[in-house]
Amino acid sequence: MTPRWLHPGAWWLWSLCLAAAASQTTNPLLLSLLICAAVIVVAARKPDAPWGKSFEFFLFLGAMIITIRVLFQIVFGASLGTTVLFELPGLSFPEWMSGLQLGGSVTLEALLGAFYDGLRLATIAIVIGAANSLASPTRLLKAVPTALYELGVSIVVALTFVPQLTTDAGRIREMRRLRGRSSQGIKGFASLGLPVLAGALDRSIILAESMDSRGYGRHQKETTWGRRLSISLVLASLSLALIGVYSLLTAGTSAVVALLIVFAGLLLGGVTMWRAGRTRVRTVYRPDIWTLPEWLVSIAGVAVLGIFLTARISSDQALILRPELSAWPSLPLWGLLAFGIACTPAISAPHPPAFDIDTNEPFSSEAFR
Amino acid sequence: MICFEQVTFRYSEDGPTVLRDLNLEIPAGELVLLLGATGSGKTTFLRAINGLVPHFTGGHLTGNISVNGRSTRVNHPRELADLVGFVPQDPVSGFVTDLVEDELAYSMECLGIDPPVMRRRVEEILDLLGLTELRNRPLHTLSGGQQQRVAIGSVLTAQPEVLVLDEPTSALDPGAAEEVLAALHRLVHDLGVTVVLAEHRLERVMQYCDSILLLENGSVQSGSPSELMQTSSIAPPVIHLGRLAGWDPLPISIRDARRVAPPLRALLANHSPRIQAVPTHSPRIAEIRKVQCAFGKKIVLRGVDLDLDAGEITALMGRNGAGKSTLLRTLVGLKDQTKGTIHINGVDPHTLSAKDLLRHVGFVPQEPHDLFESLSVAAECKSSDTDAGCPPGTTRALLALMAPDVQDGTHPRDLSEGQQMLLALCLIVAAKPPLLLLDEPTRGLDYPTKKKLGEVLRGLATSGHSILLATHDVELVAELATRVVIMGDGEIVANGPTQSVVTGSPMFAPQVSKVLAPDHWITVEQIAQALNRELA
Repeated sequence: MTPRWLHPGAWWLWSLCLAAAASQTTNPLLLSLLICAAVIVVAARKPDAPWGKSFEFFLFLGAMIITIRVLFQIVFGASLGTTVLFELPGLSFPEWMSGLQLGGSVTLEALLGAFYDGLRLATIAIVIGAANSLASPTRLLKAVPTALYELGVSIVVALTFVPQLTTDAGRIREMRRLRGRSSQGIKGFASLGLPVLAGALDRSIILAESMDSRGYGRHQKETTWGRRLSISLVLASLSLALIGVYSLLTAGTSAVVALLIVFAGLLLGGVTMWRAGRTRVRTVYRPDIWTLPEWLVSIAGVAVLGIFLTARISSDQALILRPELSAWPSLPLWGLLAFGIACTPAISAPHPPAFDIDTNEPFSSEAFR
Repeated sequence: MICFEQVTFRYSEDGPTVLRDLNLEIPAGELVLLLGATGSGKTTFLRAINGLVPHFTGGHLTGNISVNGRSTRVNHPRELADLVGFVPQDPVSGFVTDLVEDELAYSMECLGIDPPVMRRRVEEILDLLGLTELRNRPLHTLSGGQQQRVAIGSVLTAQPEVLVLDEPTSALDPGAAEEVLAALHRLVHDLGVTVVLAEHRLERVMQYCDSILLLENGSVQSGSPSELMQTSSIAPPVIHLGRLAGWDPLPISIRDARRVAPPLRALLANHSPRIQAVPTHSPRIAEIRKVQCAFGKKIVLRGVDLDLDAGEITALMGRNGAGKSTLLRTLVGLKDQTKGTIHINGVDPHTLSAKDLLRHVGFVPQEPHDLFESLSVAAECKSSDTDAGCPPGTTRALLALMAPDVQDGTHPRDLSEGQQMLLALCLIVAAKPPLLLLDEPTRGLDYPTKKKLGEVLRGLATSGHSILLATHDVELVAELATRVVIMGDGEIVANGPTQSVVTGSPMFAPQVSKVLAPDHWITVEQIAQALNRELA
């Protein structure tokens, strides 16, 4: 396969499906397998481009999520189970203050529960981070329907804002060192705020100016009322789709009703986009192609989600793991199968193009540390 | 093509007038150079052409600016996108997409141009600007010159009739600057595009322009280069040389100057240039031995050996990406070397705490405002005294000496670029680091400010600092440096006294040396001294 950029939509579909699958379980073995799949695919197909380097940050973010979740459990959590690990000086608020409890005895069951819960959230963050580093957010924008373009731009600007902030913070920390100050400690960290914010504001103004002077947002042929109608339709369809997805992923609603709501949302969305697309002047230069590799990658994602959903509908006990010490989490055969399928993009996707770097200062990942 | 009618502009109702009652017309197909001291309103003028001023900045504009009959009064910048291409000072922060091809197509996508036409135009621009090899590359992997060319290309694809550029070559090495200017020259000649550009490095652009606009105190003077250069205080060395030698008409390009130079050459035959005194037997400040450095798999420094002595001003030159900045960053301990040793006053900077580091080596970064943290100049100076551990008021006194016109209450970011550079220098110098590093200190500085900075640096060298400055500014090097080190691909390729290194290389030769080659004159000052004439 000749190196080329895979359609970003395929990467995002794959990763969102994996994220949805992760949300179905607290089984640490299944979650770890999903993380492994993301790591393997990113390692195999990560481009040598700035956005490709953001994966480390998401791994770090995942670790932070787990740590914070466990710490909260220790400080605020109610004690579950009987295996007491250690006692903290506790403080119980009376019933009229909603029975809040601080500290107290910390049990193994509670800790494990918090860890598994945190791991689930971390897995979601990491697989989404995988898409973020495999496909550039701005390239995804090309595939966004014209009607959603303005909305898409704001999201992409926000997405690229965060990595930029971390590089800025890194640079400002260096500058503090040059002035003979240490950036350790809370005071050092707090002093980064103002310069980082000033820099970020400057940059977003420059970007906005540049986009405007190159014609972004020009020639809206639509009337004010037409535009308002479009926005309401977009919001309505998005809400429908979200409600549908939410009820699909949480227990309580029947899967059929949920699916119907999702489809209604998608249908309304389609109509909206067709309607709004007619009035825009935007054209797309060399739209990304969608061929066999794109199909393989997105089908891999959908298949993994399908396996997890089937398991949920058939109430497979391996999905839900109550933290009991006696039971080592079980690894069902279908879990291994899903892992295998989730990893296939590491082979089925084409390599990204490679290049020599001419600049002296490539995007530095040191800022993340 | 571009028409200013009684244009007056203020950023705020009671603020100073930036542009005052301007009346001018720029005809189609001209390459116009906009001149003016730092802070004279050049950027404001340029941004007014496509309406960024006042649509984006706010402010109070009276009169009318129109481009090809379309007034900025009723048209937003986006409405003029098909007519005016605007390339901002820092192309990188203006990039909207990730890849070269996408960036080139962005304006056309916004204008709704048909896909087949887009394909054709992108190919044309790739060829015109020599970007074909780079078409699939992420923008961040390009060198400065390539990025600048992409930025120009990205506005050209919309086929604007006017191209406005704000300091297109100030961040580039001499070679890359030539590339960009050659591309502009082709646009004017082949496509009839009207180009308006502001630039401080006149020695690079003067020969290409058809006419000059000189901005002073908000009003503008226009004329042909040779006419305006008779009296302008802002002028490249070749003009100063022409004035000194009394050439008439004043030659603008090196080639013209060489043609009229023989009499001057004969006059100078019996003289030899006075070379800047190089200190001898001064203590060694820094020893760099076999230093290697890498970014991931890419090796940026391959075994660099360098000694720096007290009292020296060493210029570090080389193309963008040759490893200059990396060497400076390694010397100040921001980047770890993979191999080799660095000793500054006998200590490795990487082992020092932040507090001790400043007492050994100081670094003034390319963007001096990165160093600022306080809300006023006074507060900044005060915190610097604490950092440096010197008696209160030291930094402020130093600043008063270097830049007497800076006010206490001003926000550091509101200072002019030259003043920011001097303030940053004060913050670092307050701790008296024996080794002082500067990265591209003259970017965006006009001639008078550069001169001031030169004097300050020379004073610091005399008082025992060793100064190493990375720069693309060949004229600054000729006037200031005692020694020149040229880097190429992570290695030091030349290291010797300024006089011999710069005259030996066409790329790094200053204008005077180009005019008078093969004789070894490098500055107008040397010639004035030799001839005992006053510099005009």
